[in-house]
Amino acid sequence: MEPRDEGRIRTFTRRAVIVGAAQGGILALLGGRLAWLQLVQGKRYKMMSDKNRINVKMLTPSRGLIVDRHGTPLAVNGQNFRVLVVPEQTGDLEQALTKLQELVPLTQKDIRKVLKTAEKSASFVPLEVKDNLVWEEVARIEVNLPDLPGLAIDVGELREYPLGEATAHLVGYVGAVSKGDLEEDDPVLTLPGFKIGKTGIEKSFDHALRGTAGTAEVEVNVVGREVRELNRIDGRPGDMIRLTIDAGLQQYAQERLEQEKSASAIVMDVHNGAVYALASAPAFDPNLFTKGIPAEKWEELLADTGLPLNNKAVAGQYPPGSTFKMVTLLAALEEGKVSRNKSVYCAGHYDYGGDRFHCWKRSGHGRVDMIDALAESCDIFFYELATEIGIDALAEYAHKLGLGEKLGIELEEERAGLMPDKNWKMGYFGEVWRPGETIVASIGQGYIQSTPLQLAVMTARLVNGGKAVRPWVTGLIGDRPYIDENREWPSLGFKTYHLNLVRQGMDRVVNNSKGTAFKARIEKSAMRMGGKTGTAQVRRITQSQRAEGITRNEDLPWKYRDHALFVGYAPVSDPRYVTAVVVEHGGSGSAAAAPIARDLLTKAQEMNPAATSLRMNKSPGPSDVPPPRKPKKEGE
Amino acid sequence: MSRSIELHSEQTLLQKILHIHWGLVLLIAVTAGIGLMALYSAAGGHMDPWASRQGARFLVGLGGMLVIALIDVRWWFRLAYPIYIMGFLMLLAVEIMGHIGMGAQRWINLGFIQLQPSELMKIAVVMALARYFHSVGPDDIRRITFLVPAAFLILAPVGLVLLQPDLGTSLMIVMAGVAVVFVAGAPLWLFLGGIAAGIVAAPVGWLFMHDYQKQRVLTFLHPESDPLGAGYHIMQSKIAIGSGGIEGKGFLNGSQSHLNFLPEKQTDFIFTLWVEEWGLLGGVFLLLLMGAIFLYGLAIALKCRHVFGRLLAFGLMVNFSLYVFINIAMVMGLIPVVGAPLPMISYGGTSMLAVLAGFGLMMSCSLHRDAKLVRM
Repeated sequence: MEPRDEGRIRTFTRRAVIVGAAQGGILALLGGRLAWLQLVQGKRYKMMSDKNRINVKMLTPSRGLIVDRHGTPLAVNGQNFRVLVVPEQTGDLEQALTKLQELVPLTQKDIRKVLKTAEKSASFVPLEVKDNLVWEEVARIEVNLPDLPGLAIDVGELREYPLGEATAHLVGYVGAVSKGDLEEDDPVLTLPGFKIGKTGIEKSFDHALRGTAGTAEVEVNVVGREVRELNRIDGRPGDMIRLTIDAGLQQYAQERLEQEKSASAIVMDVHNGAVYALASAPAFDPNLFTKGIPAEKWEELLADTGLPLNNKAVAGQYPPGSTFKMVTLLAALEEGKVSRNKSVYCAGHYDYGGDRFHCWKRSGHGRVDMIDALAESCDIFFYELATEIGIDALAEYAHKLGLGEKLGIELEEERAGLMPDKNWKMGYFGEVWRPGETIVASIGQGYIQSTPLQLAVMTARLVNGGKAVRPWVTGLIGDRPYIDENREWPSLGFKTYHLNLVRQGMDRVVNNSKGTAFKARIEKSAMRMGGKTGTAQVRRITQSQRAEGITRNEDLPWKYRDHALFVGYAPVSDPRYVTAVVVEHGGSGSAAAAPIARDLLTKAQEMNPAATSLRMNKSPGPSDVPPPRKPKKEGE
Repeated sequence: MSRSIELHSEQTLLQKILHIHWGLVLLIAVTAGIGLMALYSAAGGHMDPWASRQGARFLVGLGGMLVIALIDVRWWFRLAYPIYIMGFLMLLAVEIMGHIGMGAQRWINLGFIQLQPSELMKIAVVMALARYFHSVGPDDIRRITFLVPAAFLILAPVGLVLLQPDLGTSLMIVMAGVAVVFVAGAPLWLFLGGIAAGIVAAPVGWLFMHDYQKQRVLTFLHPESDPLGAGYHIMQSKIAIGSGGIEGKGFLNGSQSHLNFLPEKQTDFIFTLWVEEWGLLGGVFLLLLMGAIFLYGLAIALKCRHVFGRLLAFGLMVNFSLYVFINIAMVMGLIPVVGAPLPMISYGGTSMLAVLAGFGLMMSCSLHRDAKLVRM
């Protein structure tokens, strides 16, 4: 050993003894703590433990209701009878379940599931064996309860959706807590049979709707049976959520859309952005989901080409087609690239850079000005504007009007759509933007993707004087307003004169005999609507198909037909309601979408939900809750 | 003195066996016996499912411990880095597989046993540090540059364990590692500075914590405010311990533990069960037993004549004491619930085997305390 190591050994020894002493100190501290608990506090703890064993159990909070703007219930809590089992009270859990099997239908799989859960949880925790018991089953179990130790009937809540399919996408539904949900640290999620919001408003506002669990301290005897309740802290029931929706209009919209194979629509307020109806068809019955949907029903929903599980009003993304022409016109006006007296001769086609771009009307529109061009949806006029504006300016105005980005509606399903520009194309494809692509974009084709919600917002911003209104469906959470109805939305800075020109064109689309939607006009003059048709190409008819004699869209298989679109507002004189309708593969906007928009805007004006303020309504008392509508049954 | 060096370095197997610290073995056996009694009680007076299996594991582990003790410490010196690297790779493998398998996976299934690499790592880090400092000259240790590799040896596996995520084990590795660096002779100001920095950093850390993390700290400070979550366990544990009184409720009569108010009564909360039934007397007995084991470890470290053995034995002793402190402090509500077993007593294979392996190494250091280990 080297002499220098001597110092090191001394250091080691000294420090090791210090650490050792510290360890001794900690041991003494632990001993002291033990003595404190067992000597000083011993009496108190003994009292808590000796005869009275206290069990803390959780009280399920009542889920908040969801109602429409008038207080009509859209999501309520029905009674749900469940049979629970406390494993340690049964003696033999498996035997108890087999006994129960004689009284209620219970598969071997159900039993295995309960046994498996029982292994993982403490044996005094009640487990759910079966829910949604029908009354006869409840009675049968009640009668036999003396022979079924450890089993108990419990009345829980079952979420019910009185309007069924009409609010399936908007309100959403609740479902069992999944593993991923458990990352959240809320003990209430571990309650047997607890449900949380899975889609729609149920999901977006799950926290507010859920409330907080209460606790009850229960004295239990040696075998764990409850003797009496000692202390109870009531939880807070979930908040009621009042939507801006008008249930009547919503239901009407859904039924109207169900006449198509696949369609979606929105009705909203042009001034404050409140959504009055948001419908997507086909839909599904959310009540099936809360009860546990049968596998074959689920398969059926998945297989449906109409995508009943998708909320197409906020998540469907379509080329806007000619409904985009207002954007092109406004951009050109604001950028000073077009004057009121400009006119263009439409011969049915437009040549640019060696390519030929066609108008939808092969024979041409003749000479048109900007108002005619909108009214008759002449493509050539906009092609010419496009070459002057360029894609980046076009994209800028599209974004200002709400296209190509999420608008922040309270539905997590919302999609952003796409408004391309030069940067986007370089980033996405690594290619430069070609001017021909601007021409295609000017009539809403090409890369542009928009949701019906975005189209509605675009139209609202065009006809409300250029205010950057955003859509919202949540009126009140509890009694707190989500967004103030009278909020002033900021101005987008467009010239009123330019906006008026656009509106003039949209008026003519519907109310002039040459307009593309003339057939779908509202005759009653005080209720007249303006708007714009759109037909979005899904697939070009190929040369070989032409050779086979397929020249018309209707000859194509359904999934290749064009999407039909219409955006509209009413009344023309002082716009209040705006709508966007998309009929997937519906053919032309004027024939398929405009009539639906007409019906929706007529109905909206008749019902006039904008006249009812959200705050004026009181919570629904038992007397003014209308009897829940039964969910639609097959073949009804 | 020099004669004894000769004697010890030329020991026969029989001599070695005679020189094993049978006193320490006895203490370990008594501790394990307490564990088996507690497990027997936890099962409501049955050997199944816990006591029997734990007993078998203990016998296997005891054999392993003695084998490890008899192997020449020079072998352990040579294997220190390879074991460290192997442990590290296993940790890495678990991390990668855990990602593939979606979720916190901490085990490697070797067929006959579920191995938890982080347990192995607790020992491997101490071994690697002992070897490293053994090779560092007595003056070099004062230089910060020589501490950088040591810091790396500690922090690399800690990073992986944190990813699992397992904060409790990470802290244990860090604390044991720091203790080894401390006794190895690193400059004192480093530790004082570290403590000062920790005091300063605490409020800053609070600002950066997630809400749920703050919630956990607050719950710990006021367990009554969260009677259903983490606070529930601690309140029930305190009731069970407190109601035990001086003499306890008697073997198999721990009503709180048996009524299932206690979660994990056979693992993390086994100390609670023990002191509910055996009271303050039983609890103090167990604490003294643990203290005696610490002392044994300290004595082995002090008597060792090579730096490797001193640091290894000392680090392993600190390791073991950390297990004990964290578990007992936790069930008595002194520190937040972290999920740490009580070594030798809690039901569970890996921790018992790891602890016994650690004692085996400690005894090897003792048996070969005069071995000549060159500085490399």
